[in-house]
Amino acid sequence: MNFLQSKLTKKILACVGITALICLMTGPPGSPTAPSAGIVGSFKNESSFFGLFNTQRWVVFLILGTVVSTLAFLYQSNKTEVVKATAKVVSGPRTLLQHRLARRSTLLALFVLALVLPKIVTDAFWQEAMVSQIAIFVLLALGLNVVVGFAGLLDLGFVAFYAVGAYATAWATGALPLPPLFGVHINPFFAIPIAIVFAMVSGVILGIPTLRLRGDYLAIVTLGFGEIITLFANNLYGITGGALGTQAIPHFSFHVGPVNYIWNLAPVPYYYLTLGFVILFIVIFYSLEHSRIGRSWTAIREDEVAAESVGINPLKYKVMAFAIGAASAGFAGVITAAQSNYLNPATFTLYVSINVLVLVIFGGMGSIPGAVFGAILIQSVSMYLIHTPPSGYQAQDLYIYIGGLLVVMMIFRPGGLIPAKRRGRTQVEASSTASEAN
Amino acid sequence: MVYGVLRLINFAHSEIFMSGGFASFFLMKYLVGTSSPNGVSSVFLVIAGVLVGGCTGAVIAMTVERVAYRPLRQRNAPKLAYLISAIGASYFLFNMAGKEFGRYDLSMASPYQNHTVFTIFGAPVTLYNIIIFVAAVLMLLFLDRLVATTKLGRSIRAVAQDSETASLMGVNIDRTIALTFLLGGFMGGAAGFLFGLNIGVVYTMGFTPALKAFTAAVLGGIGNLRGAVLGGLLLGVVESFSIAFVNPAYTDVVAFAILVFVLLFRPTGILGERLGRSA
Repeated sequence: MNFLQSKLTKKILACVGITALICLMTGPPGSPTAPSAGIVGSFKNESSFFGLFNTQRWVVFLILGTVVSTLAFLYQSNKTEVVKATAKVVSGPRTLLQHRLARRSTLLALFVLALVLPKIVTDAFWQEAMVSQIAIFVLLALGLNVVVGFAGLLDLGFVAFYAVGAYATAWATGALPLPPLFGVHINPFFAIPIAIVFAMVSGVILGIPTLRLRGDYLAIVTLGFGEIITLFANNLYGITGGALGTQAIPHFSFHVGPVNYIWNLAPVPYYYLTLGFVILFIVIFYSLEHSRIGRSWTAIREDEVAAESVGINPLKYKVMAFAIGAASAGFAGVITAAQSNYLNPATFTLYVSINVLVLVIFGGMGSIPGAVFGAILIQSVSMYLIHTPPSGYQAQDLYIYIGGLLVVMMIFRPGGLIPAKRRGRTQVEASSTASEAN
Repeated sequence: MVYGVLRLINFAHSEIFMSGGFASFFLMKYLVGTSSPNGVSSVFLVIAGVLVGGCTGAVIAMTVERVAYRPLRQRNAPKLAYLISAIGASYFLFNMAGKEFGRYDLSMASPYQNHTVFTIFGAPVTLYNIIIFVAAVLMLLFLDRLVATTKLGRSIRAVAQDSETASLMGVNIDRTIALTFLLGGFMGGAAGFLFGLNIGVVYTMGFTPALKAFTAAVLGGIGNLRGAVLGGLLLGVVESFSIAFVNPAYTDVVAFAILVFVLLFRPTGILGERLGRSA
């Protein structure tokens, strides 16, 4: 038994287990009639070792697993030296980035890159993906970042606000069976305030009863709310058009004096429009983060009791965070509605909420660059998987990886890829009193 | 739900439920196949289904606890981290099941002949109803006694009230929590089997029952077993009425509305006060 209890054995077993799991995750799918097909196939199927020689999957994964775990062992035994060496390498660019000029020029370079991107990426699939899957998810991630990151509230029904915004747009522009708001079909530009107001109001209505309570209640209530909104969208035939979806939603258009411009189905004009709004939101959220409101959110997130005792009204600020997050989701809904021209309830499932959540967690809770880069990175990878699926990959398999990523991030890097600067104990080491207090 | 005791919503519970359903589905497929057993063999099959479903649930629950919770507990992570980790584990598990076993609704091979045993006020009571009832009562009695009288029950309650003090008193927290997960996992897995008997098995089957289980637990008072039963009964009755009076598509909406109203007006639930500060 002593042998089984030793640290080394445990580690080796863990490595073997993880390797087998990854082998299974990337393997072929099974079916109820042959449940072992997926499991056995994951290990026994033919596979080439990076084109070098042909073998079975388990050999490939065994070799890869051994290499990776050896590297991990080496890293752990020489941790201090490795950390020192990387710090030396990184310190150059890092000190450079502390200069305002360098930071600004980096931002400018990124902005220019974003501007010329449609010229570089000319593939139709990717141009479409850049708008509908990447830019819009950056907006959503920015919004959820306010709720989860700044205020520390877990919202699992974020998709509900997205749906509210999109359906409000459809309503205002006259694409729903319900008669439009002003009796006429209006330009989606004018639907923006309507959608934002609707999303904010639903955020406040949901938030006021639940934000008084502990975090886990909020999570489950928002989860339920996300599900309910989809149910309503599916069943209220007279209002939302039900499962069939809406009628055609007009595109954005701009008619002032001699300037006439209509955004069409082509993705590139929408890309620039969304890019403009993304930058607007980044600026707004950045200044919010560094305002009195942002500091209050941090205080509440770190220790609600202490925040209350210095005169911050937690409920007020929490509802505010919720409403602001909801508003940006509603806004993303407007763009989606106008860009895709058509809505149906299948777009607004709980999967979207989890998808947005993982963008925020991966990038770094409470960090705006984190949310943006996390969204771009993960959405690009998932789009790549859709564009060129590896063998045995099914569309829903994405959520296996997303779920696994959430757990791994929480265990190893709770701060995310680009951790927020102003995070105190929550991320590093919360004292037990803080986690017990709520 | 045992989880109320630990002050922590386990989002992965729905997947424990699902895994129990799938394990017993394959067991039934193997043991029953196309035959139609009755009499003594039915009794054994049902017990086997409960055991296999329960044990699978328990194994999955222990694994989830070990992988997704224990590292966070050792780091003293904030509650948000637990919730996110649990959600991640849940998505990982149910999509994995969808990948390996297909994403269709499957109906379980029945280990007994379902028939109406007797009627009360014109409402037929089938064998299935009786099985569910008996199983629920047995589980409730078992759990209630366990938490109230045994040493394990005492340590569970101690950890729930104040884990730090409990550890000072010589309670092994890790072990207690793991055992709580084991118990809860067994219940969840067995419930998965019973649910699958009637309704069938699908990889997303856990979601709605878990949401409703939570509603029931909140309704009755979190961390109170008897309250959970009362809440479950009430929720079931209200839902059945809502099917009759409102559009059946909205039964989930009714359950959700109940949850919000209970949270709004009586966060401790109906029987919630017995544990003192439970919310």
